[in-house]
Amino acid sequence: MGRLSLTTWLYIAAVVSAAGAILARVPVGTVPPGFWVIYGVLAVLFLICDSTPTLLGVRQWAWSPSSAATLAAGVMLSQFGGVGAAMVGAVAVLSIRGHVPVAERLFNGAMNAIAGFAAGTAYHMLDGQPVLNVTKLTAVLHGAMPPHHWFAMSLQPFAVAALTLVLVNHGLLWGMLLLDRHSLAGAQRAVPGWGLPLLLASDLGFAALGLVIAALWAVLGPDAAAIVLVPLYVARWAMAQFAEQQRAHTATLRALCQAVETKDFYTRGHSERVSRGAGMIARQIGMRTDRAEAVRFAGMLHDVGKLGVPTKVLQKEGSLTEEEYATIQLHPMRGLEIVRDIGFLNEALTGIMHHHERMDGRGYPMGFAGHEIPEFARIIAVADAFDSMTSTRAYRKATRISQAIEELRRGAGTQFDPKIVDAFITALDRDGWQLQEPAQPRGHEILTSQDHDDPTTPLRVVETI
Amino acid sequence: MTSRTAEQRWLAWQTVDTGRLFLLSATSLLVVAALARIAVASFHGRNVAIAFGLYIAFGELALPGGREAAPIAMSAAMSYAMVLRIAGQPAVNWGAFQVVIVAAGGMALGSLPHIAAGRRAGITGMSGRLVAVACVAFLFSAARQYLGGSAWTAFAVMVILAMFGWLIETVISAIIRADDLRARYSVTMSDELRVQWRLGLAVGMAAIITVFGAEVMGLAELAIFAGPLLVIQFAFRRYAGIRATYLQTVRALAQVTEVGGYVESGHSRRVSRLALAIGRELGMAEPDLLNLEYAALMHDIGQLSLVEPIPGGATLLVPPADARRIAEFGAEVIRQTGVLDTVAELVRWQWLPAYGGPKTPPLGSKVIRAANAFDDLVGGSADRDRTAAAIDRLRLDADTEYDPQVVAALATVTDRLPITRL
Repeated sequence: MGRLSLTTWLYIAAVVSAAGAILARVPVGTVPPGFWVIYGVLAVLFLICDSTPTLLGVRQWAWSPSSAATLAAGVMLSQFGGVGAAMVGAVAVLSIRGHVPVAERLFNGAMNAIAGFAAGTAYHMLDGQPVLNVTKLTAVLHGAMPPHHWFAMSLQPFAVAALTLVLVNHGLLWGMLLLDRHSLAGAQRAVPGWGLPLLLASDLGFAALGLVIAALWAVLGPDAAAIVLVPLYVARWAMAQFAEQQRAHTATLRALCQAVETKDFYTRGHSERVSRGAGMIARQIGMRTDRAEAVRFAGMLHDVGKLGVPTKVLQKEGSLTEEEYATIQLHPMRGLEIVRDIGFLNEALTGIMHHHERMDGRGYPMGFAGHEIPEFARIIAVADAFDSMTSTRAYRKATRISQAIEELRRGAGTQFDPKIVDAFITALDRDGWQLQEPAQPRGHEILTSQDHDDPTTPLRVVETI
Repeated sequence: MTSRTAEQRWLAWQTVDTGRLFLLSATSLLVVAALARIAVASFHGRNVAIAFGLYIAFGELALPGGREAAPIAMSAAMSYAMVLRIAGQPAVNWGAFQVVIVAAGGMALGSLPHIAAGRRAGITGMSGRLVAVACVAFLFSAARQYLGGSAWTAFAVMVILAMFGWLIETVISAIIRADDLRARYSVTMSDELRVQWRLGLAVGMAAIITVFGAEVMGLAELAIFAGPLLVIQFAFRRYAGIRATYLQTVRALAQVTEVGGYVESGHSRRVSRLALAIGRELGMAEPDLLNLEYAALMHDIGQLSLVEPIPGGATLLVPPADARRIAEFGAEVIRQTGVLDTVAELVRWQWLPAYGGPKTPPLGSKVIRAANAFDDLVGGSADRDRTAAAIDRLRLDADTEYDPQVVAALATVTDRLPITRL
């Protein structure tokens, strides 16, 4: 969570004390022993689920199906109001996973306790019935009612309780995130692939397990909880595999770019920085998170096509012939050819193909003008030119950032989209820019003496009549 | 146009293997027998049958992709075979034939949208599932009269039967895979077991949870439990999806050398296909084969360090010192991914001769070396004489440059099918 602001601390304190007030109502002396049996089993189930969450790519962002245990408590201990479910939720304080700061632990426990209390109260108020007789722990309750009658009476209250739980949980969590910008950025990085609606839907999907646990208990007894864990474990395994493969995939794309950059000493790190710049612009103009992710990939891969340009053309010192210039102009198409078959890139492909178009229509390869140029390409064009100017080249030193910004402003309208330029400058003010490390070639690297990305020094082409 | 598609259809029929043919005919016999039986006897529990049939159809509709498994459909069919009570009422023993009819009907219904959308119906996978479900149903309907007592006895029997059903499905799909890939049966069997055991566990447990849940909740349980199952299936689908994307990315990485003009177009793809076929012929296991495929796709990536492409892209004639430098640079690029270290090793040692070098190269490297040399000599041509000449040329160097076993496997593989159809 990093350092927290005063308002965040106040928010945590408010949530924790509300949870404390709820838990103070636990009727310790008066409950039958059956209460503690049910509570114990569900608390252990909650702890197991909560301690082995699925990591969502970013540290401390994890998702677990533990709400099923809270809801099962809401159903099975419903005659005590929401207190039973609140006690199960509070177990989150004890969660055994890595290093979690005390404040975060307390907040998690309090959040789950409040959500459990709300859900349990909703179930109780709507006349939802417990499935077990808590005193005798027998499968049938209130004398002669068989379990399936219980079910018919409890379905609607349960649906309301599940919805309440998920909404209260997410409400408290996003309240926290809105107060704490640092965590919010983390959340936005963690959630994109999923999307918030999908996260809510999966939470609701797993919440239904709470009812299944209660029903199985009526037939099989407390061991039912262990049976439910099996499919959950398998789902978690699949999610973990997914996360691992995704990391591997990003690393492989990065390796692809590095392979391209070996052709040219001075452009090392260029793709990485353009990717970051494109991400900054995307965030500034409020792009949807999954598209922002795609534009980062596009930035990373935009110059892959340079591999299709013969090294001797890239290295040539004097003016280029028309033919050589034409091979350079072809590199966006070459790039497209290489990455076209990678399924998930979709819109990123437009960014790669058109990143050298100009607003006045004098760019390549298609000569698009204005808003004919895809948004991704307009973003990458700005980040690309900026990084080229602020990096050292064989034929000149790096330009200062302020000067490069001037250059972008000058090109706005003719070469660049003015809106994107403005967004980039605002984002630069806020986040800063990490310059290329000043490195000196050691003699055996491949050096180039021209840069096709550099708007201050256009490529020299031999004039032919 | 029509004659051509008819011809293609005929060709497709010619490539149907005996295992698949046997499975399909066994399944059709089973369905016909079940229909005949139901026509004579009566059909029990219409509403229950419709609910489970729809559930199975829904499971077939949402396939996870990749392997032909439909976990939700499989678990729904197995739970229909093992239902004891519904909403407190004892269910009639509707018999295994009715289970077969309901499962087959649900599967057929669920595959209709796939067919309408022009996707493959996956009839082989469905047949395997149907046979497995039928086995479970026959055994359970024989055993159910002894299950009146404690719920835990029934539970234990169900666990055993669910495991048994999963084993049957796995064996069937391993046989089909062995036929398809021309791999050894023992290899595909152990691969299937290793890949599928977790899914099998989840499917079996889900079936049992459905059975006991329905005892309390009735048919509404199917709708309620579909929620968590869908989330689980979603997790598996994402996993399968990212694996496919990953292979696409590695292919793109391999293509870099072709677009750069370093190697002839299609070379990497052909070498990887050939290397895979050789690897299977040698009985390599699936994870090793995946590494081999990646390494073969990227075996030329080290050429990016060259300023001028090698004429014709043929690394066969490059002096060993240069071949070594190229291989090591390629391995370095691959190692930067941080996850493909084994692949990097295979690429790194491909320059070594099979015998007499400073180190014995790993089997994968020897396979890539032979496949690469073969493709440099033949260059994607399907000409039989040229293929034979290339193999004779490699045989001359077997015992020094190439591993004789690898060359023998190469000869078998290319003899079976022309290189263009591998």
